Amino acid sequence: MSTTDPYAAEPRETTEGTVYTVTGGDWDELMDSVSTDEHDDRIVINMGPQHPSTHGVLRLVLELEGETVTQARSVIGYLHTGIEKNCEYRTWTQGVTFVTRMDYLAPLFNEAAYCLGVEKLLEVEVPRRAALIRVMLMEINRIGSHLVCLATGGMELGALTGMTAGFREREEVLHLLEYLTGLRMNHAFIRPGGLSQDLPEDWKEKVLDFVKVMHSRLPDYDNLLTGQPIWKQRLEGVGYLPVDGCLALGATGPILRSAGLPWDQRKVEPYSLYEEFEFDVPTETAGDCYARYLLRVAEMRESLRIIEQACAKIEPGPVMVPDRKIAWPAQLSIGSDGMGNSLEHVRKIMGQSMESLIHHFKLVTEGFHVPPGQVYSSVESPRGELGYHLVSDGGTRPVRVHVRDPSFVNLQCMPAMSEGGMVADVIAAVASIDPVMGGVDR
Amino acid sequence: MTEPTGTSKDREEPTGGAQSSAEASGAATEKQRAAGGEAPESGEVEQATETAAAPEGGTRLAPTRERSGMFGVRGSGDTSGFGGLRLPGYAPAPAERPYGGWFDQLADDLAEALEGRGVARSAVRQITIDRGEITFYVERERIEEVCRTLRDSPELRFELLSGVSGVDYTAPDGAAVHQPLHVVYQLLSMTWRRRIRLEVALDPADARLPSVVGVYPTADWHERETWDMFGVVFEGHPALTRILMPDDWEGHPQRKDYPLGGIPVEYKGAEIPPPDERRAYS
Repeated sequence: MSTTDPYAAEPRETTEGTVYTVTGGDWDELMDSVSTDEHDDRIVINMGPQHPSTHGVLRLVLELEGETVTQARSVIGYLHTGIEKNCEYRTWTQGVTFVTRMDYLAPLFNEAAYCLGVEKLLEVEVPRRAALIRVMLMEINRIGSHLVCLATGGMELGALTGMTAGFREREEVLHLLEYLTGLRMNHAFIRPGGLSQDLPEDWKEKVLDFVKVMHSRLPDYDNLLTGQPIWKQRLEGVGYLPVDGCLALGATGPILRSAGLPWDQRKVEPYSLYEEFEFDVPTETAGDCYARYLLRVAEMRESLRIIEQACAKIEPGPVMVPDRKIAWPAQLSIGSDGMGNSLEHVRKIMGQSMESLIHHFKLVTEGFHVPPGQVYSSVESPRGELGYHLVSDGGTRPVRVHVRDPSFVNLQCMPAMSEGGMVADVIAAVASIDPVMGGVDR
Repeated sequence: MTEPTGTSKDREEPTGGAQSSAEASGAATEKQRAAGGEAPESGEVEQATETAAAPEGGTRLAPTRERSGMFGVRGSGDTSGFGGLRLPGYAPAPAERPYGGWFDQLADDLAEALEGRGVARSAVRQITIDRGEITFYVERERIEEVCRTLRDSPELRFELLSGVSGVDYTAPDGAAVHQPLHVVYQLLSMTWRRRIRLEVALDPADARLPSVVGVYPTADWHERETWDMFGVVFEGHPALTRILMPDDWEGHPQRKDYPLGGIPVEYKGAEIPPPDERRAYS
């Protein structure tokens, strides 16, 4: 065997045929080592779930005829965490902390979509400042998510400089988000009714600095990858999916737009004041991996435009609905031991107002009641339509939180994109789908 | 909406009611529950099962569980009186004409298109409009035809199935709810920029309905997930296997009656109780 791993499993016989474990080495050597009389070029190859090029704990089962993929299936569920079920045992506010962990590259989109749904159920409207800050945060997050897509996609295709560059810029994004929200990922910053707290005082300088840095670095990607012959050869004409295929398989986001349909919910069903922003929806018509790559780079530029506009639009004001039966009762503040209830608030509820104490206790432990009914709210996440189906029976906890995660749906396109192609092109196709397994498996 | 806790007495059912003491009222509730579990609940259930020849919006769906008490206290001495508080279960109300906006046109177009395809009008049990969203409650036998009509009729054109999922309306305390298992379809028309929801109510004992994979191939994984999580059988699905849980898993985790596990703590044999047995304030 061509494997160089001393701990790799030996070949073993099964009812389906001989099973080999391959961890590296040369394909021809492997084929030579397989005795020719019993094998007929038809191989079932199992990639993953732990494999550096499957984009997370995704398992791909490929049936090969030589090096051509005749059938491809993806097996998921390795990262199932039961977040949807967990949400049923938490208050509506606590739910934010859970859903932000699903699609971990787009936490703010999860929070925003969930909170938009809860607000629809409550029939409240968030203050203008909160809505605009949400837009700004989501667009910063979109840049970070697309950068990871380019970086990991580059790594999977062997363009390692793409990876180091992508993660370098993504670090800028995470630094900025940490400065703005307090956490690099899993922020739980967007809450039903608005935001958990206001931005730090010098947020605008920091954001504009970031925009400047990104404007100077984005051309690097064009220089490094866009015109590069190897990159183009690996991606052009690979992973093709036309519009009708996209719609049949439910694909949204960059996959759908790469096939020529300019469907972007920020434009067609604006939410959270997106209708006030000026930006373009980049589209391509090739429907292949290269088109998706170009789109993601173009979308980062548009996101920068939106961030700049948001910086100009955001004006001082409240970031939470005035309804004290929904808004978190304490004004969070920084103490010597980190963030917590403001001392002023604690002084008031402990010393002066029994009513306030009861109110605080009820709202924090029990949560707010959400009138019965169901809603579906969706946002345009970096990967497509991220939808939340929320059901309430009038209590303080959801009856059901279902997430229509774009990664989950888009991953269904993998066979359509890669069957009939080469094994190496499967990697390119999966990278261009950009599935985040935390979102796929939930 | 979110009522201040102190004013709960203003709600429809006064606390205590005919019962003399809070404890007695709690016991009465329990008894009522037990009775409800065996005999069919009078009015609503019959209405819900009676579906023949009903015009749109004709048959009411059974309400979900009735909520009672405050603070999540069960079976303990309740001295506040709030334990006797009973809130009626929620049933989505049928919408009344005019629906407003594009809803009227859509409902007419759908009724016409269904007729044109020879699908009985009773395929749509009820139409509900809530918070600007329209829901069609569909007979389970007709779901595939309704989906096909919605996709293919030029005046409807719902090209994209956003998702399929389930909702289990079973009461956590086992109180009877008629047809608690719902399968929900979110449809999107990109041509008209409209979103609608289809919903099918099922009996857990007979949780099966036709698959829509033939109409919307994207339903493949959604239906597998709904089977995996709720145990709903989609008849005609090409390969209805588990998708998120392991193949040999027993039970369907998103069902409300699915047993929850606690978390053992490696200290003096302690265990964190399952979420549904923890102290709750709601």
